[in-house]
Amino acid sequence: MSELKTLYKEGVWVNNPALVQLLGLCPLLAVTSTITNALGLGLATLLVLVGSNISVSIVRNWVPKDIRIPVFVMIIAGFVTIVQLLMNAYTYGLYQSLGIFIPLIVTNCAIIGRAEAYASKNPVHLSAFDGLMMGLGFMIVLVVLGAMRELIGQGTLFDSADLLLGPWAQSLRIEVFNFDNQFLLAILPPGAFLGLGLLIAAKNVIDAQIKSKRVAPPEAEKGPRARVTSLT
Amino acid sequence: MKLTMASSPHNHSHKSVTRLMLIVIAACIPGLVAQVVFFGTGVLIQLVLALVAVTVFEAAIMLMRKRPVWPALSDGSAWLTAVLLALSIPPLAPWWVIIIGCLFSIVIVKQLYGGLGFNLFNPAMAAYVLLLVSFPVQMTSWLPVSDLLNNAIGFTDQLRLIFTDFTSIGYSLDQVRAGIDGVTMATPLDTIKTDVGHGLTVTESMQKNVFNEWAGLGWMWVNLGFLAGGLYLLKEKVINWHIPVSFIASLAVCSAIGYIAAPGTEPGTVFHLLSGATMMGAFFIATDPVSAATTNKGRLIYGALIGLLVYLIRTFGGFPDAVAFAVLLLNIAVPLIDYYTQPRTYGHGAVK
Repeated sequence: MSELKTLYKEGVWVNNPALVQLLGLCPLLAVTSTITNALGLGLATLLVLVGSNISVSIVRNWVPKDIRIPVFVMIIAGFVTIVQLLMNAYTYGLYQSLGIFIPLIVTNCAIIGRAEAYASKNPVHLSAFDGLMMGLGFMIVLVVLGAMRELIGQGTLFDSADLLLGPWAQSLRIEVFNFDNQFLLAILPPGAFLGLGLLIAAKNVIDAQIKSKRVAPPEAEKGPRARVTSLT
Repeated sequence: MKLTMASSPHNHSHKSVTRLMLIVIAACIPGLVAQVVFFGTGVLIQLVLALVAVTVFEAAIMLMRKRPVWPALSDGSAWLTAVLLALSIPPLAPWWVIIIGCLFSIVIVKQLYGGLGFNLFNPAMAAYVLLLVSFPVQMTSWLPVSDLLNNAIGFTDQLRLIFTDFTSIGYSLDQVRAGIDGVTMATPLDTIKTDVGHGLTVTESMQKNVFNEWAGLGWMWVNLGFLAGGLYLLKEKVINWHIPVSFIASLAVCSAIGYIAAPGTEPGTVFHLLSGATMMGAFFIATDPVSAATTNKGRLIYGALIGLLVYLIRTFGGFPDAVAFAVLLLNIAVPLIDYYTQPRTYGHGAVK
């Protein structure tokens, strides 16, 4: 049980792929202009990550060490193709708006990183859970960033969510406030950099607070530093 | 008796940060007066808005950082940022434009990096670029010189335009900007660029009524005002001569080469030096002691590269002016420039 709990903590918070490892920043920065896009890409990455972790873990004892990276990449590429075809079939609008970033999931270093660092050394069920948690951590950051940018940029939340979730989701759209001018910077890539920076800063602040609350170290009173030379 | 050992240099210049900042603000006055004369009192409204906004934001962020408020406020750097920002945005831009600019410059560009002395970028210019990228329409709606206005507008109407988007008789900013022929007029830099794009020569373009014989009507005097203020700063030894001189020289050389190469499509040296934000950039923005290069040789390189970039972006870029972009790009390069231009320490290394 404790292993699962560690994996959960690692993936979602302590070793979050986006906030701590800073992996997979290209899709993170490029497609998080709305919650819908962020959620779509987050789900796709999550599926690929779980699938590739399971497969890598199954074949881990048969893959020669020297060619493991090409094998992992091929497995990942296979899953990306599956996800891409699925999105093409069922969420065509989202497929179009995400564009090149769906095939680019292959190059997302968060995925090959987990395959190499965890799945190739651990049994199947743990690897699957690790993939799930890492994917979840990545997706949460994507969605939060997407929400920030959508809110500041165009004043809405869940705009065009029907592209991902079907026609009923049109009613999800919330217009928080309405302004005549979009705040373009939040929608453009610089806004993603600023937003990610603020998120990382917020995480560091929270971590520091947790740390200061948990450990109140009874540090020994330090005496004044001994003077070697006198300045009088 | 307690004697403290301070590190060198031991000579004291008697110039506190506050005093320096106030001198720089005072040196902005000629340029400010020229802007008010030619573009209306909207500049003053923006100035008041900006001063109030930066004071509030600086105080708030200092409280959040649990630092004393008054020392940070009274060094005057935030007010200088406010003055520079108010001078660089269009005088009749809506009120929220400058508020967002002040928020960004103080909170994100300056204080999140650690406050005065730690900011990598010039706060006023970073905010200007943010506003220009985010609100291109508002940030390019410069009024033509007041003499050319079809509907002259007074102080109250300017106040109404800034806060409600409409004058008392219901004109919007676009209608106010329109000339007698109903065509809105762009800034001189924009006009030249557009006209050259349409196949006119510069000489033909400069027949238009936004120009006098050398440069843009009004803009020329604004630039001369900043030049006067800059010379005062040099005389007071608030800034070194290296950055402004190399900036202006480099821009002059580049535009002269351009003019010799293509006299029909290049407006030439005098126009470049007296247009847009050239003089303000050279004396007030590029010389920011925090974000500029710190060695004398480095300052020459820094200024010259800004001049080159200003010319390139003005000539080939898509934005109305280039000073802000050029300064920000060179701010990034400052650590590199400083690294390679360290002066020889006395007694160390060989004289070449």
